[in-house]
Amino acid sequence: MAALGVLDSANLNGGQKLAVKYFAVSVALFGAQVLFGLLAGLQYLNPEFLFGILDFSVNRMVHVNAMVVWLLFGFIGSVYWLLEDESGVPVVGLGFGNLIFWIFTLAVVVVVLVYLLVQVGPGEKSSIWLINEGREYIEAPRWADIGIVVCVLGFFYNVAATFMKGKITGIGGVLLFDLIALAGLYLAGMWFTPNISMDQHWWWWVIHLWVEATWEVLVGCLMAYGLIKTMGVRRKIVETWLYIEVALMFGSGILGLGHHYFWIGTPEYWFTIGGFFSALEPIPLVAMVVHALFDAGHHKLKSNNNPALGWIIGQAFGNFFGAGVWGFMHTLPQINLYTHGTQWTASHGHLAFFGAYVTMVIAFFYIAVQKWRGNVWMSGNLVGAWKWKWAMFLLWAGMITMTMALLIAGYEQSQIERAIGGSDWMAYFAAQAHRWFTQAMVWRQVGGWMFALGFVLLVWDLMTIGKRETRSTYVIEPEMAKAAV
Amino acid sequence: MAETQTQALWWASESFWRKMAIWVTAGSFVVLIFLTFDTVKQITAGGKRVPAYSVINHRVDYVFDEERNFQVPVIGPEEPLFGKKLTEDEAEALVSKGKLTTQAKNCMGCHTLLGNGSYYAPDLTKSWLDPSWGSKEVREQSMVEFLMDPTDKLHNAIGRRMPNLGITEAEARATVAFLKWMSAIDTNGFPTNFQPIDQADAAPEVAVEAAPAVEVAAPVQQ
Repeated sequence: MAALGVLDSANLNGGQKLAVKYFAVSVALFGAQVLFGLLAGLQYLNPEFLFGILDFSVNRMVHVNAMVVWLLFGFIGSVYWLLEDESGVPVVGLGFGNLIFWIFTLAVVVVVLVYLLVQVGPGEKSSIWLINEGREYIEAPRWADIGIVVCVLGFFYNVAATFMKGKITGIGGVLLFDLIALAGLYLAGMWFTPNISMDQHWWWWVIHLWVEATWEVLVGCLMAYGLIKTMGVRRKIVETWLYIEVALMFGSGILGLGHHYFWIGTPEYWFTIGGFFSALEPIPLVAMVVHALFDAGHHKLKSNNNPALGWIIGQAFGNFFGAGVWGFMHTLPQINLYTHGTQWTASHGHLAFFGAYVTMVIAFFYIAVQKWRGNVWMSGNLVGAWKWKWAMFLLWAGMITMTMALLIAGYEQSQIERAIGGSDWMAYFAAQAHRWFTQAMVWRQVGGWMFALGFVLLVWDLMTIGKRETRSTYVIEPEMAKAAV
Repeated sequence: MAETQTQALWWASESFWRKMAIWVTAGSFVVLIFLTFDTVKQITAGGKRVPAYSVINHRVDYVFDEERNFQVPVIGPEEPLFGKKLTEDEAEALVSKGKLTTQAKNCMGCHTLLGNGSYYAPDLTKSWLDPSWGSKEVREQSMVEFLMDPTDKLHNAIGRRMPNLGITEAEARATVAFLKWMSAIDTNGFPTNFQPIDQADAAPEVAVEAAPAVEVAAPVQQ
């Protein structure tokens, strides 16, 4: 075993060695997301910036696609991270898992290069097969769609076979069930139709049922594992909570899909169904806050990994505010009529993706580097702790600044463009030219720079945290039921 | 204290919530499947909510409906796109080509369609009816010319421009067909409070067919 504080893969089990590869690509793509977000944001301030070279549409596409893929890589990495721990046996097809990792990574690189260098194609089927599909979030060309499904199925095989061979814990069972849904739903977005109502109807099956259902349950599993690992919370408690979350999440989220069916040609009954069930969507997120905070308080915030615990608690709040509150604010059709397709959505999207998903993946990055360096001390008085704290502060402050700026822009658009202006193009541009909007865009950019600085610090911290530590990790006592005797 | 009690109350027990999770998920999913069958039926092109592609042979308007309390698309007299009446199959092929073009050029990277996409450029749901095209006589041709070479044409006061995406004339005409068809989808009153372009002074139907290319004023330079 290597010295404490040295990055050594001998410290990791097989699944974890594969996990850190996924994490490395994940961080790189996170950087791409931040970079292209900054470029797109700058184009709001100066529309001539990179005009005709990297147009807004290209930057925005890379910005959102990099996000989807780096989060997926982060999730896959996180699952491989916990797989051997949970199942109690080595990953069944590790070589196969590695092969899939390289294929997946290569495919992502090719897709991004085509996005940047080819950008658009003729109005033929070949363009959506080879260049991009032009459908927000799932722009990846069809060949890559098929590749993604194959990679995810291979990943699912590995997870399922490993759990089957070892033991299926509560976390493992929920995870398996969730991954089937996650892979299956992607198929709903893989066909062409001239009918845009039909197109968007199925497109939302992928986007909504991923982001507002299966991804949420996935991070629920990750949180459960994270709480056990960082604080020693009793498994029975986290797993009971996990079931509660699944019941509430799917109970509200599946029919909550209806809140995307107000204005795309779909029938009027979705007003009632979508409005009602999506209004319930914050409830599981409240449950997660209560759960995380109760456990953290119960353990007097004593953890073996303070940065990870910090991000997990941040996840509980970020998920509740970003996905729950920000979503609820404009989910009712009476309000959504004015906010749909404005910067309101951007505000909600930024805080929700960050709060619900980015935070959890970062928590796993910290859990990973700790073990990678030989279970080094990462509790109080950590050497160089300022870095993780400042990274966390800058990322959160940057994100909140962006969210608030976009929210103001969204309010202004709802009022000037929609309510007063009558929603035509003149009204749109009147709203875009309004000072409240242009000022908001400046502040959004300021938030973006803060976030980018936080990202740089985060990467630096992930590469160095625990390096100069000589103490071994704080050993947490697994919590036992007191009256078990 | 309560935590000394290992045997949880039934409503707080693991097995109760595991069953709840399964039943609630399965129940919601079954309801969704039923609704999906009905919705797909209702949004198939040619139905009441989503028109047949040959709607591009007609005037499309967007009028307030007292009973539903919002604006709804109204299909008017025959006004074929580019003065040429198409069969259902021809219309579908043209709209399909237009839809493919909007995807291949990634229109959603800047615009919203039915309110979904990006917010850097205006929504295209009712772009066919937007008053910015001036008059209905020049609209079709202006749209085609704009799509083919938008960069130097008049956009707005804030300096945002549409890049040249290499759209051919055939693609541009198909895109206009797609946009016209999309404007006829019943979107439950989205966008709200929209003032469509004036189409009241409809030319006699015979005249439209006689004049395939309408005389257009030179595009306004910025």
